[in-house]
Amino acid sequence: MIDKKDVEYAAGLAQLKLDEEEKEKYTEQIGEILDYVDKLSELDTDDVVPTAYTVPMKNVLRKDEVQESLPREKSLANAPDEKDGQFRAPKIMSD
Amino acid sequence: MSTKYETVIGLEVHVQLNTESKIFCGCSTEFGKEPNENTCPVCLGLPGTLPVLNKKVVDYAIMAGLALNCEIAEYSKFDRKNYFYPDLPKAYQISQFDLPVAENGRIEIETDEGIFNIGVTRVHLEEDAGKLIHEGSIDKSKGSLVDYNRTGVPLIEIVSEPDMRTPAQAKAYLTELKMIMEYLDISDCNMEEGSLRCDANVSLRPVGQEEFGTKAELKNMNSFSAVEKGLEYEVKRQRQLLEEGGEVVQETRTWDESLNKTISMRGKEEAHDYRYFPEPDLVPLEINEAWKEEMRKEIPELPREKYKRFVSELGLPEYDAGVLTGDKDMAVFFEEVLKDYDDPKNLSNWMMGEFLRLLNENNHSPFDSGVTPLNLARMLKLIDEDVISGKIAKEVFEKMYNSGSDPETIVEEEGLKQISDEDELENIVDGIIAENSDAVEDVQNGKDRAIGFLVGQVMKETRGKANPGLVNQMLRDKLMD
Repeated sequence: MIDKKDVEYAAGLAQLKLDEEEKEKYTEQIGEILDYVDKLSELDTDDVVPTAYTVPMKNVLRKDEVQESLPREKSLANAPDEKDGQFRAPKIMSD
Repeated sequence: MSTKYETVIGLEVHVQLNTESKIFCGCSTEFGKEPNENTCPVCLGLPGTLPVLNKKVVDYAIMAGLALNCEIAEYSKFDRKNYFYPDLPKAYQISQFDLPVAENGRIEIETDEGIFNIGVTRVHLEEDAGKLIHEGSIDKSKGSLVDYNRTGVPLIEIVSEPDMRTPAQAKAYLTELKMIMEYLDISDCNMEEGSLRCDANVSLRPVGQEEFGTKAELKNMNSFSAVEKGLEYEVKRQRQLLEEGGEVVQETRTWDESLNKTISMRGKEEAHDYRYFPEPDLVPLEINEAWKEEMRKEIPELPREKYKRFVSELGLPEYDAGVLTGDKDMAVFFEEVLKDYDDPKNLSNWMMGEFLRLLNENNHSPFDSGVTPLNLARMLKLIDEDVISGKIAKEVFEKMYNSGSDPETIVEEEGLKQISDEDELENIVDGIIAENSDAVEDVQNGKDRAIGFLVGQVMKETRGKANPGLVNQMLRDKLMD
């Protein structure tokens, strides 16, 4: 089903650092989950429209009206670092 | 014999919608505020918040879809596009993946080489990202400052089919899209301010080959001329590569305006795997016929139709029709004047001449000046009825432009009425004849051009107010008997 490479790839996309032991463990566990879900493919779904959303609701909309924003100090209150009213993010490109 | 190559271009155009509030929260979309003033828990992606879709955004997307001759989806939904970059506080962008609002459209464009139909693959909705300012260059900076004011501003992305074969066609397509959005009044379409953004996919293939060549994705073209120049450069680069036996690498390239070339971004971005999945926080959209019809009614006559009608029904030259319909306000103003005036070509001359000159000088749009459509119609009638001369009209027009007065008042107050009374002109004409015996002799010897000189003298004497046709006739009567 899946191998360690898939787990490493997914972990990379999610920016998770896994040690070797965890990689082995997750490869097995995710594999089991996928096997289980794979049971669904035994069903004939040729005539079934794919489900995009499971709650029977639609068109929840609001009017185009401006509401007050947060005061800027509050917006920045949780920022680990800030400068000149802006969030400061660490270096983007790795060396 | 060397291989001939054909260029294949497809464009992805992002259009910022000019709603008052953001797509999923009530923050203002106003441009130019202090950093992070237009932010709230929703657009900052704080835990526990829920997005609620702005109805106007959907209205506008439907209008855009209809104007681009698309099929509007009966059922549409939002998806999460996941990637890590500080311009996205949630680490995903809410966009649309497999069920966009509109699909399968096309628009007609025209270049010097003819008329082309360009397919529109899809129109989908998404939220804009924030703005980053790197401390120094992106690869050397120690950190980046983030302003989330733009985060959550509504966008539509319009993806074209790979139907364009020259950079000029791509530019014409982009221009047509911009005009359509302006006519719909759903975006400011300002490339410099970023409310219209364009990425291009470019590839070459041997003429006759069905299969596409390897493409490069071109970004960072921030003006119409940059789009054309960037594409021209990229086509040349790829052709040279292929002719030398090399291969085009699939990559993202950025247009560097100062260096006048495209630069590879390879190695500077990770391979894309956006792991799209349905956005669980937003319920699906169902767009019924009634909603579609309501939006269809909001769509005015579009630039291409207007252009064709100006040519076929008003008898305007294609050039005039192109200039007038190229700017929505110009076209609207033109048609307003025509309600009170019935010589389209004469009006077009005035609009493209004096009016456009003054608008450009003052950096105005047509409705910013003191000239109202009704007053322009009245002024043109004053010329047609010989009340003022064409020359004086320019003076009257400029005064109307600056003061907002009506032409009759200006003509009256400034004493600019054309002199069409023979008795009044008699003395002046006689005086000119007496003072210019050489020219008079020339006229009598059959040199017709000398008449023009004498008419000019009378015009000068009357400061442009004499009726030139009448003066001409009077001179002929006096000198040629």
